[in-house]
Amino acid sequence: MATIEAKTLRIGAGAGFQGDRIDPAVVLASQGGLDYMVLECLAERTIAAAQLRRLHEPGTGFDPLLEARMEALLPFVARSGLRIVTNMGAADPLGAAKVTIAVARRLGLRVKVAAVTGDDVLRLVKPGMTALETGRPLREHGKLVCANAYLGAEALLPALASGANVVITGRVADPSLFVAPLVHEFGWALDDWDHLARGTVVGHLLECAGQVTGGYFADPGAKDVPDLAHLGFPFADVDTEGFGTISKVPGTGGAVTLRTVKEQLLYEVTDPTGYVTPDVTADFRGVRLAEVGPDRVAVGGATGRARTETLKASVGYLAGWRGEGEITYAGANARARAALAAAVLRERLHEAVPELELRIDHIGVDSAHRSSFGHAYDPYEVRLRVAGSADRRAIAERIGWEVEALLTNGPAGGGGVRRSVAERIGIVSTLLPRAKVAAEVTLLQSRYAAKAR
Amino acid sequence: MPQKLAELAHCRAGDKGDTLTLSLCALRAEDYPRLAAQVTPARVRAHLAGIVKGEVRRYELPELHALQFVCEQALAGGVTASLALDAHGKTLSYALLELELDDRD
Repeated sequence: MATIEAKTLRIGAGAGFQGDRIDPAVVLASQGGLDYMVLECLAERTIAAAQLRRLHEPGTGFDPLLEARMEALLPFVARSGLRIVTNMGAADPLGAAKVTIAVARRLGLRVKVAAVTGDDVLRLVKPGMTALETGRPLREHGKLVCANAYLGAEALLPALASGANVVITGRVADPSLFVAPLVHEFGWALDDWDHLARGTVVGHLLECAGQVTGGYFADPGAKDVPDLAHLGFPFADVDTEGFGTISKVPGTGGAVTLRTVKEQLLYEVTDPTGYVTPDVTADFRGVRLAEVGPDRVAVGGATGRARTETLKASVGYLAGWRGEGEITYAGANARARAALAAAVLRERLHEAVPELELRIDHIGVDSAHRSSFGHAYDPYEVRLRVAGSADRRAIAERIGWEVEALLTNGPAGGGGVRRSVAERIGIVSTLLPRAKVAAEVTLLQSRYAAKAR
Repeated sequence: MPQKLAELAHCRAGDKGDTLTLSLCALRAEDYPRLAAQVTPARVRAHLAGIVKGEVRRYELPELHALQFVCEQALAGGVTASLALDAHGKTLSYALLELELDDRD
């Protein structure tokens, strides 16, 4: 018993969003002494974008950086027994597993990859179901193109039990990617709510990677962070009770302090008294933090209640097109010239398309907060931005064209025009009975490549 | 002298659909009671009137010396529907820190 009680598991976060940096993950894999590395790369909209990509071009539904991340990290998997858990499968976990095997073959590495599927629930979602955000039937929002349920730790357990070195999923709740290895290694019961809640808090702290080690925190003079350029990614040492210590590799940049941990603990939490994941409903009110060493913060004290009987699903729908254009005015009277350009654009666009929904921003003045809270001054330069939404691509494109046309048809001295148009996917949520969503595991294995023998 | 919240607290913004979260943490533990007394949901709602269209709820976390504000209808319809440059509302943490506290307490 004593040896079991003394056991801790070290889980690191090697990516906190789809476009996250790869170098800190390599540092963590090579010097972090990790048992598990989680790569969290899927935001609410990323999976919808992946679904859309797959519709246009089959075989592209997984994370676009999958190969690059696997090339950098698989050598450590093969060498040190590090296990990777990632949601980079996005809209195609099986395709992502095949690519991972191909990378391993190319590198002459032997790995076993498990793909977890079952989050794709488009066939279960009916257009008459209610959207949580709007209270209206899903069908009223637009043509439904994808639906992905948030799977929990339970869905990953068979994959971990299979001995796979790499577990690739689609939509899984972010903290569950971390809770799954804890449940697997420590044998926690799936109704042991307090243990699951504590593990969830650790997972939540790690899921955005650098955001707990001083990333997205620095404010010169007020909140200084050492060597931000070489920001290290975090790991947690978690004991069998679910108590964790957040830290990072010595020598890396950044900081783990009460302040960095608090900001991340509450990040995106809409109810600290009941943080709902597929695994548990966690209450953060009892959470205690303590600095226990340099760049080491201990966390514990969360309590848990029973998980919900439903799973949340993100539903994507086609939401038309967005057109944008930007132009800069600088020097004397820049603000007035930008305002004139805005008025001209409004007139021209609304004469052509009366119903067009427009937003016009004066960047450098009040674009971010719709106010400058008393910071009244005359900026040296202003960047005018016009954005609008339309059902048809041609109308959305017209917005950027009209901005570009200001070069010869607008106020004096405008320059630096950029324009773009993009298809939009809307996201709403709905709830599905847990029992209807079934996860599956597929195992793939690479053998040694010929040249490695 | 009125004092800006930026001198007393640090903040991070987060988003879920059209809902904005603002995590306000006291820079010094001893300032937490003053924050809890003065930074009420009503004051935050009034301060962010140009941005937040819905209800503002506040959770007190005395162990963490932090207040969690949950603001509904705050992101112009959410990341997809919003035409804002910062559709996630990531910069709004610094909008809250512009709030001025008076000398009471």
